[in-house]
Amino acid sequence: MLNAQVEPYQRLRENLSQRDRSLREKVMTLEEAASFVQDGMKVGIGGSTMSRTPMAMIWELVRQRRKNLSCSRAITSTDGDILFGSGVSDHIITSWFAQGILWGLSKVMRRHVEQGLARYEEWSHMAVGMRFRAGGMGVPFLPIRSMLGSDVMDQRPEAKQIDCPFTGEKLLLVPALNPDVALIHVQRCDAYGNAQIDGLQFMDIDLALAANRVILTTERIVSNDQIRRAPDQTKIPFFCVDAVVEVPYGSAPHECFGIYEPMLNHMEAYVAKVNSDPVEGMREYLERYFYEPKSWNEYLALIGMEEVLDASQKGRSIYND
Amino acid sequence: MTDTTRYTAAEILAILSARQLKDGQVVFAGVGTPLLAATLAQRLRCPGLTILFEGGVVGAFVEPGKLPPSTNDQRCTKRANMVLGSADVLLLLQRGYVDIGFMGGAQIDQFGNLNSSFIGDPAAPKTRLPGTGGGNDISSLTNMIVAMKHEKRRFVEKVDFITSPGFIRGGTSRAESGLPAGGMFRVITELAIFGFDEKTRRMKVLALNPGVSRENVQDNTGFDLVFDEQIAITEPPTEHELETLRSIDPERMFI
Repeated sequence: MLNAQVEPYQRLRENLSQRDRSLREKVMTLEEAASFVQDGMKVGIGGSTMSRTPMAMIWELVRQRRKNLSCSRAITSTDGDILFGSGVSDHIITSWFAQGILWGLSKVMRRHVEQGLARYEEWSHMAVGMRFRAGGMGVPFLPIRSMLGSDVMDQRPEAKQIDCPFTGEKLLLVPALNPDVALIHVQRCDAYGNAQIDGLQFMDIDLALAANRVILTTERIVSNDQIRRAPDQTKIPFFCVDAVVEVPYGSAPHECFGIYEPMLNHMEAYVAKVNSDPVEGMREYLERYFYEPKSWNEYLALIGMEEVLDASQKGRSIYND
Repeated sequence: MTDTTRYTAAEILAILSARQLKDGQVVFAGVGTPLLAATLAQRLRCPGLTILFEGGVVGAFVEPGKLPPSTNDQRCTKRANMVLGSADVLLLLQRGYVDIGFMGGAQIDQFGNLNSSFIGDPAAPKTRLPGTGGGNDISSLTNMIVAMKHEKRRFVEKVDFITSPGFIRGGTSRAESGLPAGGMFRVITELAIFGFDEKTRRMKVLALNPGVSRENVQDNTGFDLVFDEQIAITEPPTEHELETLRSIDPERMFI
């Protein structure tokens, strides 16, 4: 039986062959890059929890009022709240979805899921990773040994339990996930999209290889010479990348390894606001921080100089000793 | 009951959990009490404890006073030996490199199954909980220690939903489900330390925390516990343990 979830290999190859993969400059604005994301698309989101979240790109998609995106991410934090709360997404594939362990349950996620306004499709963390990996490898599935025997598996008819043809053991086959677009935030890349990631890479390399388009946002655009001085630090090759947008503090209020830690005062205030009233609180938050600012810099100014500097001092301290 | 004059429930939970770890082990730790307890064990008795975090960290030494708010934050990488992708650090469990998985729990049943997904019917849940994260992978693939609050509503006969499998329906059902390795090893609460019967795989009391009676434990549990004939009484936390724990979490993020 055909699994409608898995992209036929032929289509994946055709899609790739039609992309302009030449060594060319791809620098553009958030507004321009957003044109790669159309209503109803499958969108893979890089980073995990409160780390290297492509928040600036999400911010732009909210402002452009995209709809019905089916999103996938390793672990979902307030980015998922924003995607549901703004109406940009009504389906998130992930392994964990709350604002963060410090704050308990997300009232925004609960409201959307419990009232049937949106779907939270739960897979194990490794399963999400292996779905992106299968997508990046160009195979329709990969076998894993977790989820078996659990109700997480029972909720996922998309995964198939089989008896291994070699050993007879039970295995679970998880289907490849090839997002239409991946949004990934990195510390630095060149104008071609050769991306260097410091610290935790999460599932971003598999995600970049799996996706049919990749939008990179980056703290800095550096020269290609600088990339070539440390090619071992390059984690995503330019030919995977379709757009490069320079956005300093592009993960705020989440963290970007070695540059800033999460902006926890802002996060606290956000959580208090939306959890006290997930409808009105979210509407007010989006209005103030997403719709009203004229630019990303103005959004950062609203978070506040003190908070941004404090997060930066902590972020850079990882290199202090 | 817990001697509240010297330590809190969260503190005894972290200290007793830390005592379960052995030097030289490879431990996959979740955020909260597990991260804290593994770090405490490292500082007290187990300098050779290798801590793994699902963000992709191998061999972390979390800095006292700088606890990470999740296991995916940069603070987790402090003095680590290596950082990997998230899928790859989880695959270490599947290959068998991890001795102990160490997690918190929201709801547990008599066979050690954990629920962190749904309260009520999953089709129309009363409460949608955050979900598994790495919990399902860890509990499917290695021996587990769970540290959690002891409340009747958390210790139930049958969980509403098996997010992270323990011994499933008891007996040999775990292996028959395709999980031949690992299983629940210990459950630590502020009241007692639990293991699982070798045959039936039902939860049993191994040791009572200081000042706690069998009745206290049973009264706070939603199913009939198995008690061994001889039940040990756990040594109370020492001043040294308490001081070290408080120095690791001075802001009381997790205690």
